[in-house]
Amino acid sequence: MTRPAGRALALWLLAMLAGAVIVWNSRFSADMSFFLPAKPSAEQQVLVDQLKEGVVSRLLMVAIAGGDAADRATASRALRARLEKLPEFVSIQNGEAGSTDADRDYLFKHRYLLSPAVTPERFTVDGLRQAVGDSIDLLASPAGMMVKPLLPRDPTGELVALVSGLNAGAQPNVRDGVWASRDGERAMLLIQTAALGSDTDGQERAIGLIHSQFAEAAADGRLSLQLSGPGLFAVKSRATIKHEVSLLSTLSTVAIVAVLFFVYRSLRLMTLGLLPVVSGALAGVVAVSLAYGTVFGITVGFGSALIGEAVDYSIYYFVQSGRLGVDHWRARFWPTIRLGVLTSACGFGALLFSGFPGLAQLGLYSLSGVVVAALVTRFILPPLAGSNLGMRDLSHIGPRLKRGVALLQGLRWPILMLSLTAAVLLTVNRERLWHPNLSALSTVSAADGEIDQALRADISAPDARYMAVITAPDRESALQAAERAGQKLDRLIAEGVIGGYDSPARFLPSEAMQASRRASLPPPDALQARLQTALTDSPLAANKLAGFLDDVETSRRQGQVSRESLNGTALALVVDSLLVQRPAGWSVLLPLRPPGGDKGVDIAIEPVRAALAGSGALFVDMKNEFDTLYNDYLHEATLLSLAGFVAIVGLLAVTLRSPRRLARLLLPLLLSVVLVIAGLHLAGQQLHLLHLIGMLLIVAVGSNYALFFDDASQSARGFEDFDDATLVSMAVANLTTAIGFGTLALSKVPVLHAVGITVGPGAILALLLSACFVSRKGEA
Amino acid sequence: MTKRLLACLLCLAVALPASAAFDIAQLMGDLAKHKGGRAKFVERKYLAILDKPVVSTGEMTYTAPDRLEKRTLTPKVETLLLDKDILSIERDKQKLSINLANQPEALAFVDSIRGTLSGNRAALEKNYALHLAGNSDKWVLTLLPSDQKIASMVQRITVTGNKNQVRIIEYLQADGDRAVLNIDPVDPGSGK
Repeated sequence: MTRPAGRALALWLLAMLAGAVIVWNSRFSADMSFFLPAKPSAEQQVLVDQLKEGVVSRLLMVAIAGGDAADRATASRALRARLEKLPEFVSIQNGEAGSTDADRDYLFKHRYLLSPAVTPERFTVDGLRQAVGDSIDLLASPAGMMVKPLLPRDPTGELVALVSGLNAGAQPNVRDGVWASRDGERAMLLIQTAALGSDTDGQERAIGLIHSQFAEAAADGRLSLQLSGPGLFAVKSRATIKHEVSLLSTLSTVAIVAVLFFVYRSLRLMTLGLLPVVSGALAGVVAVSLAYGTVFGITVGFGSALIGEAVDYSIYYFVQSGRLGVDHWRARFWPTIRLGVLTSACGFGALLFSGFPGLAQLGLYSLSGVVVAALVTRFILPPLAGSNLGMRDLSHIGPRLKRGVALLQGLRWPILMLSLTAAVLLTVNRERLWHPNLSALSTVSAADGEIDQALRADISAPDARYMAVITAPDRESALQAAERAGQKLDRLIAEGVIGGYDSPARFLPSEAMQASRRASLPPPDALQARLQTALTDSPLAANKLAGFLDDVETSRRQGQVSRESLNGTALALVVDSLLVQRPAGWSVLLPLRPPGGDKGVDIAIEPVRAALAGSGALFVDMKNEFDTLYNDYLHEATLLSLAGFVAIVGLLAVTLRSPRRLARLLLPLLLSVVLVIAGLHLAGQQLHLLHLIGMLLIVAVGSNYALFFDDASQSARGFEDFDDATLVSMAVANLTTAIGFGTLALSKVPVLHAVGITVGPGAILALLLSACFVSRKGEA
Repeated sequence: MTKRLLACLLCLAVALPASAAFDIAQLMGDLAKHKGGRAKFVERKYLAILDKPVVSTGEMTYTAPDRLEKRTLTPKVETLLLDKDILSIERDKQKLSINLANQPEALAFVDSIRGTLSGNRAALEKNYALHLAGNSDKWVLTLLPSDQKIASMVQRITVTGNKNQVRIIEYLQADGDRAVLNIDPVDPGSGK
């Protein structure tokens, strides 16, 4: 080995070692942040926060089936009792009686500070007469049964005023004292984890605990447990990605090694050939890790395609330089390969500018992988391999390939006609080509989605689609803003625009509001005098209301209700989930409920926006935000693909300096794109974002082959004298690329599948069509 | 089995010697023939805490066997609808629906009135011991809860009627408060 070769090798080894250290220390993640916007708008930030930390993202729904209703109820109680002791869970609801006693006690005890009806007018003679009169009227109603025991202490009906604002909507069924499904055949629980929705490890632990505790609680095996929720989706999706990353890389590596071995028949060459691949894959992960801090599992999964692409360069080198030597290869072929690397880099590089973090990572990963693989092939491989490659001569395959090419060239018109038909088909169906929303990229299987829907309907779990969001510098101003927004929302309820809303201020009013309510309460002798006058003709004698006077006086003297006062109640959880401290201040969430009934499950957005205008509250429709997000991604991906395409065309135009050659080179690539997309559409695939990126990559990757044919057509001798070894190397390189992307097509992860199913066939078509349209003797 | 049945029959015979000519089976048969109708009602609730009874009035519509609508007009408009096991209450602008299958105690309570109106003896005897006095023209059916949970809410329900028409229902609650519902058919002939 020569000294420069030794230096190069040492340098490479060092670089690899450093890379390995970085990869070892990298953080890998398989969570949904792959899909979440890098630079979110205010509305999208709400969405992101909800997905990562929101209460809904921490809810798990559990159904217990089998046995009889009594068995299920017993198991439900036992499971709740067990889970309640564990710090991994903040609340376990199963509808058990007694589980809401603490809440009721809190509301009753502090009713004069909490009730929205408490105003100075309420405690005037007229106000008292009216309020007590209403309570007595309520006694006549069947609901009076519940009110009667409270009347002596709460004659103005503050608890009723408080409770009537709460969600009176759908409650789950109850069998044997615990929640049950609609058909009554399953016991239902709603569990909130302590772990955030974005903490996949925590979610996995919580889910494991639920299963193990259930197994112990219902040991006889007659009952079974079903579970769903965002946490389960995150855990499952991570498992799928983990599983696929190793499976796909192994598959693609084994297949490619087999091809290389078949071609080279030499262990040494095969090992050397994999060197650039390994370097490229390592460089990809290192670049992503350094640039983003976290490497997404899906990005690593993309490695199987990178392997197929990066191995091409060493194939070119070994096969093409076998007969003529390294120097000839560098002079004759390297410029073409270099141009191919650059076009690929343009394609992957366009993705770097994406606001969709997953896409940007895929771009950086592939870009650095391909460039490093090419550099290693050019500078490290030749000195390592030495001058005597021992490559067997493959040129005897050349003539056979040429006969195939000649056959293809006879099909030019049929192929053009076919492509034209495909183009017409795509134009006619252009409205139906695309999948309309982000769920296209979700790894949640249809079966899991259905189970989730069923459980959600059975337990009437909140879906938190509509929210008003307020931000404020501190807790007090946040609560005051919530109260102001609440007044506007009350008006919307009266108008029937919304059905109701939740607010942290309902259970924890701002200090200002508490003070004003307290100031509305008259001193004892004044209250007694007014009560006496107000109740002169009432069937309720004022002297029976000593408890009321005591309670009002207690409220007048007691301190503020604070967050600590809520400890031990389920209301604390409600307040904590709706009033959140963030690094930059406090956020209030006011989930809105649709009006229901014949007005449907949607909220008319404009009236709510108009009502909240100027209150500082931002109205967010989560579903709408998801759709907007996806459309933004799609729109951006379209622009990026076009930009990438323009960059590739520009690069080729500058290098080739011939519009005619450029057109001849691009034609087969564009035809490949049209044919692949038409094929996917006919096969029933709904296209999404990643198919679009795949289209760009067909051009970026396919141009490598087209460039060789362009090069061949430039030599004066014409295609018939095309170097046999080069033709063989292209066939082999194309095969490995197709294997690499083809393995991705096997993936259940939609992001990987879409790229694979598009680029795999696209790469093969690009080679075949380039061969088909290469100029014949005398044409050029 | 036969012995127990005989013993029960004997008990009944001893408990209701005067009504030999008019027994529960006969009353239930009469009531079951009633297909429904409209009636005005006046309900008085006598509560210990109030010096005067609370009075509410309105209209009731019964459609055999399991639909009952009670529209209160005074003191405050309120609609209560019992349709099979779904009880809905509408008051002011608020609407509340309760699935009685989820509330066994409430269901037992509702069954007392529904079972009587439809002459469903089996439903009544599930939760109450029945005692009948009087004759077909003026009968008094007393329901005593057999379940402790129901007994903790209501001590006794007394239903008075003539022929197949229920006239008065009186609930005596466990705390001594009581409610008396007077029913006055708008068109007494319509049920026959």
